[in-house]
Amino acid sequence: MRAIGIILAGGNNRRMKELSQRRAIGAMPVAGSYRSIDFALSNMSNSHIQKVGVLTQYNARSLNEHLSSSKWWDFGRKQGGLFVFTPAVTADNSSWYRGTADAIYQNLSFLKNSHEPYVVITSGDCIYKMDYNKVLEYHIEKKADVTVVCKDMPDGTNVERYGTLRMNEESRIEEFEEKPIVARSSTISCGIYVIRRRLLIEMIERCAMEDRYDFVKDILIRYKNQKRIFGYKMKDYWRNIATVEDYFATNMDFLKPEIRSYFFKQYPDIYSKVDDLPPAKYNVGAKVSNSLISSGCIVNGTVEDSVIFKKTFIGNNCYIKNSIILNDVYIGDNTHIENCIVESRDTIRANSYYKGEDGIRIVIEKNERYIL
Amino acid sequence: MIKKEMIAMLLAGGQGSRLGVLTSKVAKPAVSFGGKYRIIDFPLSNCINSGVDTVGVLTQYQPLRLNTHIGIGIPWDLDRNIGGVTVLPPYEKSENSEWYTGTANAIYQNIDYMDSFNPEYVLILSGDHIYKMDYEVMLDFHKQNGSECTIAVMPVPMEEAKRFGIMITDENKRITDFEEKPEHPRSNLASMGIYIFNWKTLKEALIAKADQPNLDFGKHVIPYCHENGAPMFAYEFNGYWKDVGTLSSYWEANMELIDIVPEFNLYEEYWKIYTKSDILPPQYIAPEGVIERSIIGEGTEVFGEIYNSVIGCGVTIGKGTVIRDSIIMNNTVIGDGCELNKAIVAENVVVGDHVKLGVGEEVPNDTAPHIYNSGLVTIGEKSVIPAGVSVGKNSVVFGVTSAQDYPEGSLAGGKTLIKAGDEQ
Repeated sequence: MRAIGIILAGGNNRRMKELSQRRAIGAMPVAGSYRSIDFALSNMSNSHIQKVGVLTQYNARSLNEHLSSSKWWDFGRKQGGLFVFTPAVTADNSSWYRGTADAIYQNLSFLKNSHEPYVVITSGDCIYKMDYNKVLEYHIEKKADVTVVCKDMPDGTNVERYGTLRMNEESRIEEFEEKPIVARSSTISCGIYVIRRRLLIEMIERCAMEDRYDFVKDILIRYKNQKRIFGYKMKDYWRNIATVEDYFATNMDFLKPEIRSYFFKQYPDIYSKVDDLPPAKYNVGAKVSNSLISSGCIVNGTVEDSVIFKKTFIGNNCYIKNSIILNDVYIGDNTHIENCIVESRDTIRANSYYKGEDGIRIVIEKNERYIL
Repeated sequence: MIKKEMIAMLLAGGQGSRLGVLTSKVAKPAVSFGGKYRIIDFPLSNCINSGVDTVGVLTQYQPLRLNTHIGIGIPWDLDRNIGGVTVLPPYEKSENSEWYTGTANAIYQNIDYMDSFNPEYVLILSGDHIYKMDYEVMLDFHKQNGSECTIAVMPVPMEEAKRFGIMITDENKRITDFEEKPEHPRSNLASMGIYIFNWKTLKEALIAKADQPNLDFGKHVIPYCHENGAPMFAYEFNGYWKDVGTLSSYWEANMELIDIVPEFNLYEEYWKIYTKSDILPPQYIAPEGVIERSIIGEGTEVFGEIYNSVIGCGVTIGKGTVIRDSIIMNNTVIGDGCELNKAIVAENVVVGDHVKLGVGEEVPNDTAPHIYNSGLVTIGEKSVIPAGVSVGKNSVVFGVTSAQDYPEGSLAGGKTLIKAGDEQ
């Protein structure tokens, strides 16, 4: 195999509001049955990358639980495998990861002890399907030092929370700005990079010596004129879930037939941890339309235009509209939920009323649940 | 030296011919059940939930689906360094090579497998029952009574007792006598086909009766142990247990799952049923979809209406289609505007648009009325049914069929249309 993988899954984002209090974004449930990191992991596995390191830091409990076995993504191999790196105190370092480059620096032995010539770096909070080999071939063909996967956003998209870039006619990146106030280009970086392993080690070490910690700012932007940094345009579906609105819209995208067909029906598949839940059950009074329902759910009420995650119980005479109900939620009878995201493991009392008036409302209830 | 207290031997070689075309290409234990499961998932899950981590699965009839389903046992946590699941097909020997000729003969041919774990007890199971049972409790019962052979029994209504093997016990549950399908039963304790033997006792019996043709547990091994005075006890089980040996009992057992609180509850946390899941995505219900009193597997897309049915994984139900009281297995596609009533549609079937299954009066099946009855329509796996045709009750279709096979666009009730594979 020609490359190893690194997935940056340490981040938190304030714009995810209460949703990120419980978990790193990499562990955010997506599309009913998945976690957002499943997409990066499945892409690695489907691209025949056998050795993958996941760098985690922020509230990794949920993520670690999800990654407790590497077999779901086919990484339980003698050659390679899945490695999870959390910050650790060592003889010469006792800091948290101070940035993406620092996170890689603190685990540099993972890179040094590998023999594969290339590294694919990606993040755990993007929803997409990609064969990294195609980027790798492009990288080799362009004789690039670093290849950045980028995407043209439709005109009028607010790109100020992405890295934006501009390429010349050869696709070499001439301009690269991180989260610009006024963007001069609608081409954004997807946070997927291909780089030669030895060059990465060299640059990360130099960065550390200069007390610089960020991969984008201190490597890509700083070296953009000195190194051959190329852009690889991706045209397929790509979304990152950095805000509540993005998260909501990404999930709702899966109600569209073309998106479902792209992710669920076309080869290769996206893998996830298997939960051994029974099939979903619809009792008398269930009325479901234009919705995704996951395994282990029991539905007694009405659900419209919503994504219901695993093991959710919906009581009699409930009305759920345009909402996302995360894993293992119990919703009592006669409850109205509209334009909401209900946090996982919540228990919603009977006769409750929740409605997002302007925008999406996040519902977190910590009522006691009595289980017989 | 490796030592396992109890190992299980799971008999999964039978054809289950009373399931008709459903078992034309797969062994009965590999037939789908309850949307996403296969019948063998129930005994295998019981094993791991009871702490039995060494299971030999005896296969013979059409084992491909069964073998790929079991694999190395990952879904049931039976991928172990020592023990785990082992598939045991019949094999050639230097002399006297033979198929498995009976239930006990299959076990006899695998004495070496059992010996390699040096077990104290051997649990004999069959792969065609739907139930949840803690075999550890049964083992405790076996030990407490100083039993050498314990048979799990279930009380059945006296009038039905003549369909079963019946155990007659004394007040301490010690078996004093037994009768196979008796005309006038003396007890209502029916054998469930689940036995715990002391390995020493079983091995001795198997070797002593080795030359018996079609060596069978009920007919030969248990009578042999009884004649030799081995202490034998009946372990009474009062939970849900269902033999899904016939199409009508298979259909009923599936339908029982959709009750509000079913007698057999798949949603219990502490006794999970495990299976190999190939399909992960959630199911999609379209704006025009209607579902009531049904269970539906992962990745299924519903554009029509479903009432009182059990639908597998990766199924597509077309627009305007109405499905009632039916079982539809994995990866089947049902076209638009169809009507299905009491249909059992196996895996990977393609049903064209505007097809009607289960129409008209009930007429007894012309070739096998003992299999195809109760008003069910049965469609075998990988069948194709062309658009616009109708099929009557008690009929069966198997194979790739075209419009010419349906005179005047219909297959009358009680007809058999088989165009592929081994004839049933």
